[in-house]
Amino acid sequence: MEWIVPFILTVITASTPLLLAASGELITEKAGVLNLGVEGMMLVGAIAGFAVTASSGSAILGIVAAVVAGVFMSLIFAFLTLTLMANQVATGLALTIFGVGFSALVGSGFVGFAIDPLPSLSIPGISAIPVIGPILFGQDFLVYLSISVVFGIGWFLTKSRAGLVLKAVGDSHSSAHAIGYSVIKIRYLATMFGGGMAGLAGAYLSLSYTPMWAENMTAGRGWIALALVVFATWRPGRLMAGAYMFGLISVMQLHAQGAGIHVPSQFMSMLPYLATVIVLVIISSDRAKIRLNAPACIGQAFRPAQ
Amino acid sequence: MVRLEPRRQHSQAMVYLSPVLAILMTLVVGGIIFAFMGKNPFDALYTFFILPISNSYGISELFVKATPLVIIAVGLAMGFRANVWNIGAEGQLTMGAIFGGGLALYFYDSESMFLLPGMLILGALGGAFWGAIPALLRTRFNANEILTSLMLTYVATLFLSFLVHGPWRNPEGFNFPESRPFPDAGLLPVIYDGTRVHLGTALAVFVVIAGWLLLSKSVIGFQLRVVGKAPQAARHVGFRQKRMVWFTLLLGGGLAGLAGLFEVAGPIGQLQPSISPGYGFTAIIVAFLGRLHPVGILFGGLIMALTYLGGELAQITLGLPNAVTGLFQGILLFFLLACDVLTKYRIRFGSTAAKGRTA
Repeated sequence: MEWIVPFILTVITASTPLLLAASGELITEKAGVLNLGVEGMMLVGAIAGFAVTASSGSAILGIVAAVVAGVFMSLIFAFLTLTLMANQVATGLALTIFGVGFSALVGSGFVGFAIDPLPSLSIPGISAIPVIGPILFGQDFLVYLSISVVFGIGWFLTKSRAGLVLKAVGDSHSSAHAIGYSVIKIRYLATMFGGGMAGLAGAYLSLSYTPMWAENMTAGRGWIALALVVFATWRPGRLMAGAYMFGLISVMQLHAQGAGIHVPSQFMSMLPYLATVIVLVIISSDRAKIRLNAPACIGQAFRPAQ
Repeated sequence: MVRLEPRRQHSQAMVYLSPVLAILMTLVVGGIIFAFMGKNPFDALYTFFILPISNSYGISELFVKATPLVIIAVGLAMGFRANVWNIGAEGQLTMGAIFGGGLALYFYDSESMFLLPGMLILGALGGAFWGAIPALLRTRFNANEILTSLMLTYVATLFLSFLVHGPWRNPEGFNFPESRPFPDAGLLPVIYDGTRVHLGTALAVFVVIAGWLLLSKSVIGFQLRVVGKAPQAARHVGFRQKRMVWFTLLLGGGLAGLAGLFEVAGPIGQLQPSISPGYGFTAIIVAFLGRLHPVGILFGGLIMALTYLGGELAQITLGLPNAVTGLFQGILLFFLLACDVLTKYRIRFGSTAAKGRTA
């Protein structure tokens, strides 16, 4: 059974970027904005985090840079869709295409660089406890942050006044506007939160998961994060369960070979993508559930009457 | 303060002008980016956009690159008009190449004149099959086609990788991950000597004309136009959304599959792990650049093909990373979407303009 601890550790590291990105997108969508550019924002976050860490030697600066880069990307999206009322689906795609190109361009100077991975928590004595020690007390701080964020947005959406306003904006922008809330401003903020979290998710990939830069290193994780939000029916608790389930699926391929399962590696690599499709089908086929939980105004432009 | 004021009617002039405006703005931003990278912006833009088509071979290559883009974009545009967001054309392209290419590999010593037509049909079927999956999942299970079509792209690419690393690897190929070369009977004839312009390029023009007729003359074309412009009206008169989803995904998938087959039976001549530099994604931009209209897409395809050629040339002569191409494509789409605002709204300066009018 000595494989079980490393196995759980890899599941946690594989799940964390999904959880970070999906939590951000959940808030964005709750405000009624569908930003399909998660993949692009993650990539730009990943290269910003890596480039700054590699140049400055400070992982903290790198993480800050990744968040700023993600927010900046989301501002491009917000300006086009919220201010200029461009189509959200098309703009999200543009953001991803741009992010892939931009990150590859900046990253071309950083291929082959090596950095130290993010340090893990180490509490003398406690982190050394067998099994529980490394799993609960031996992660890097982004893992703890990702879990705190889930609890944070859970509290925010159900218990805080600001969260209620956010949901109102997502469910009925005209009513929220009529009551006197600034729909556009709130949507800007929600989109920026999504961008910052996607940037953070990217930084986790390039600073901790695989401490290096490679073109397109997100490999579709941004899209899987989008699917996770639907899977979670826009609820933070289910989001966490979903992210860890996907983490599990995506590391199974690494361990299958070791366990003597001889399926061609390409088929194992298909698993997360196929699982995404299957999960989407299962959740979406319950139309009533989707209608009940999905923000009613998602993807719709709002233009306040003059 | 700048405000947007809705136009009573969409501005027809802006519909045509906004792509031109977007291209100009992309060039300006591109020049600035080149300057930041320490290159003379005018030299770089010249290398990127003029030099590739300054000789006849360059122009022929432009047609070669534009072929898949135009074919795919015509199909995608039909879907985008009806709010069916197929973004998995890259996967449908790959499946078309696998299906059609598979036939060529099965009959690898064939000299039959029926081989190529068979490949064309199988290529289109393969792409349509890959498009049918998101269509089924959307109509039967309500699953979002954006996510499913994209996920299936990864699956298709991995499947191709499996085939050329495994069962379809060339037994005489020194263990390289590529298939046997297709037999001559399975290759598209070159239609202009001394170039790589192949039969597929001619068929791309045919696709444009057929797409135009479909959109302007057929009942389903009429429905596509109405659904895009007035979805509620379309629902009232009873246009069936499900039929629209099936039609556009099968058509888009089939055309993407055909484009994929053209690539492997044309310029490439065999199956490889990578058969497209992202044509399926770039075609999304081509569709928007062409105003979702087949004739516009013909021009849009040529322009985007130029960014591929320019990117390759800039890599060789200026040492710029190839990623510049993708960056340009993304920026162009941003500006295009931004400029489209002008078709629906007028920009007004000053906040007092609305006084005296009640909304």
